[in-house]
Amino acid sequence: MDVDVALLSRLQFAVAVFFHFIFVPLTLGLSVLLAVMETIYVRTGNEQYKRMTKFWGRLFLINFALGIVTGITLEFQFGTNWSRYAEYVGDIFGSLLAIEATVAFFLESTFIALWHFGWDKVSKRTHLVSIWLVAIASNLSALWIILANGWMQHPVGYHLVNGRAELENFFAVLTNPYAWGQYFHTLSGAWMLGGFFVLGVSAWHLLRRNETDFFKRSVRVAAAFTLILTLLVAVFGHSQGTSVAEYQPEKLAAMEAHWETKSGAPMYLLTWPDEQNKRNYVDIIPVPGLLSFMAYTDFGAEVKGLNSFPEEDHPPVLLSFLSFRLMVALGGLFILLALLAFLYRKDLEEHPLVSRLLVCNIPLPYLALAAGWALAEVGRQPWIVYRLMRTSEAVSPIPAYSVGISLAAFIVVYALLGIVAIFLLHKYATRGPAPVPGAAATEGGK
Amino acid sequence: MPEITMLETIWFVLWVLLWGVYFVLDGFDLGMGVLLPFISSNEQERRVIYNAAGPFWDGNEVWLITAGGVTFAAFPKAYAVMFSALYAPLLLLLFALIFRAVSFEYRNKVDSDGWRKAWDLCQFLGSLLPALLLGVAFANLFQGIPIDGEGVYHGNILKLLNPYGLLGGVLFVLMFVYHGSLWLGIKSTGGLREKAVRLSKFIWLLLTLVAVLFLVASYLFTNLYDNIFKMPPLAIFPVLAVVFLLGSRAARGYAAWALNAGFILCATFFGVLGIFPAMIPSNIDPAYSITAMNAASSELTLTIMLVVALICVPVVIAYQTWVYVVFSHKVTEKELQSEEAY
Repeated sequence: MDVDVALLSRLQFAVAVFFHFIFVPLTLGLSVLLAVMETIYVRTGNEQYKRMTKFWGRLFLINFALGIVTGITLEFQFGTNWSRYAEYVGDIFGSLLAIEATVAFFLESTFIALWHFGWDKVSKRTHLVSIWLVAIASNLSALWIILANGWMQHPVGYHLVNGRAELENFFAVLTNPYAWGQYFHTLSGAWMLGGFFVLGVSAWHLLRRNETDFFKRSVRVAAAFTLILTLLVAVFGHSQGTSVAEYQPEKLAAMEAHWETKSGAPMYLLTWPDEQNKRNYVDIIPVPGLLSFMAYTDFGAEVKGLNSFPEEDHPPVLLSFLSFRLMVALGGLFILLALLAFLYRKDLEEHPLVSRLLVCNIPLPYLALAAGWALAEVGRQPWIVYRLMRTSEAVSPIPAYSVGISLAAFIVVYALLGIVAIFLLHKYATRGPAPVPGAAATEGGK
Repeated sequence: MPEITMLETIWFVLWVLLWGVYFVLDGFDLGMGVLLPFISSNEQERRVIYNAAGPFWDGNEVWLITAGGVTFAAFPKAYAVMFSALYAPLLLLLFALIFRAVSFEYRNKVDSDGWRKAWDLCQFLGSLLPALLLGVAFANLFQGIPIDGEGVYHGNILKLLNPYGLLGGVLFVLMFVYHGSLWLGIKSTGGLREKAVRLSKFIWLLLTLVAVLFLVASYLFTNLYDNIFKMPPLAIFPVLAVVFLLGSRAARGYAAWALNAGFILCATFFGVLGIFPAMIPSNIDPAYSITAMNAASSELTLTIMLVVALICVPVVIAYQTWVYVVFSHKVTEKELQSEEAY
């Protein structure tokens, strides 16, 4: 296999998947918050909540469009760039993607249109049901995708025949514990991101005393939600860590920069891995037994070091290690910030410092989620399907120049789209909600 | 060669059906995108065209994702070989669809003529390229592509642009543009509607000419008719296609559109059933062809997928139809003034 094609294809997939995942978490999280806002509107008849649904809904739609289209390229890249992989695992992996489209994606795409254009066309209740269906469908869609990814991380329910992995037990694939752990961790992270997005944009307006009532209500919808989720994301994150310890010991060793097998392994507050020499440059301030405890809930447990695995099975250490530490550090910060937002939710406009922090925080959950996925995917290397197929064996028999050109195209096109999307999100987020209905300017709602 | 199983046959037919439904549904909004620069003479008319596709294009495109997903799930090897062989055209198609999708959502978000013109260009090219490339790709599948026994493709994008492939591309563009002009006739009013109806008659003529040419070229350059000679009842598809196309010229409004939808479906079935049981015929050696037998997933996967499809697809069709009914009204001036309109 041509190494260049594999490397270029990996880069291309990385570009495509990380760009896609800029838009996905906001869709997952904000759809739920929109559904909550519209529910309050329908229940109370308070027009302010209708305005909120429309304002946040517009940002949702700007974001949604890019999430959809960048997802399509991902589905087809398994065929274009990873055709050997596609052939090898299609029996299982392909069916999960196909079910995702049939069960979830249709629902999401059809009802988002009904919701978008249907304000005056269907009853209030039907309109409300449609946003709930969008929220459920997008989160269901994430489940199927993560079941597919979870199978690459921890393959179950298959047997090897005819030179490929064939389905043996569909139920085992559906109940893959590793995948469900990933799902809850990802989902709570995405919902948290949605919450911080609403808090951040609201704080920006509150700092300017713009539409104070409107944005204080938005804060109150999002504050408790976000706080609970920052805690859940940590709980699920920890449980995912124990899953990694159980099913992917190499990944655990790489993300902790843990080289030698030890019982009662400590965790060091300051560490910097020396990948070349298979040790760490620095290991300072140990907390005795903490690594063993975090991995196995037992301070004395033995934690396998990376050096006890064959070198050709080592994942890239520095990248795994840094992604992990970045994710965890940001996760801690989020809990504090969400706590502040929750405490001051009733008069956030009186606390400019907290408001400013919330504004500055808007990009950070994106970074944390990207770091988490970098760890999940880089830490699985050199395998595309853990201990079943190597990434280098999975690539399509295509010339390197093709992939080089398409990679360049991906970078240019996505950079362009990213700029446009951020520009529009910024424009509509800072512009604030449309004037109160009844004022002559709008005719949209009844 | 192993006999084809019942399950594999069913999935082959479903596979054709999914592509056919995708062509029928996305066909009309792609067609309107191609028409956009030619038929609209002012901003209002352009917005009518965008909003005539508004609530539908997104759900329509999911049929492409499902067609792709089902190819992956039911025939992994066909998915692997088809999309790696058609690497450049497929990525071009996807990029085009990206720009088109975004043009719907972003076009009216900034009040500037330059901004709108840029997105109009995206809408046009983003509709034209997929129509053309799908036609080129399927025509090449009909005549076979150079793949070897390892599923490695020995060709390039220029080889795909052979006369028969290009004819297929033109056929698809006209088929979709005709479909789009009929839809626009249904959804618009006044001058734009008159233009759409008039134009649809002209495009019908071109489409009919190219369709006849394509049928003749298929006879000369492909083996698409072999299956019909083996199994004469299959002749129903080309015959019905012709009947539907003729009927569509005589009918009006929804009836004309529905008849053309029938034409597109029958044309798809005629073409793809023509290569059955192959999915990607090899023109190096027929033994290298990817077929419904050597590409299929395990019996268990095919069974599970069939259960999922039999339960979910009717439900999908039901709620999508309902959404079409909810938005079955014409795009009026009042409609365009709503803050949600494109």
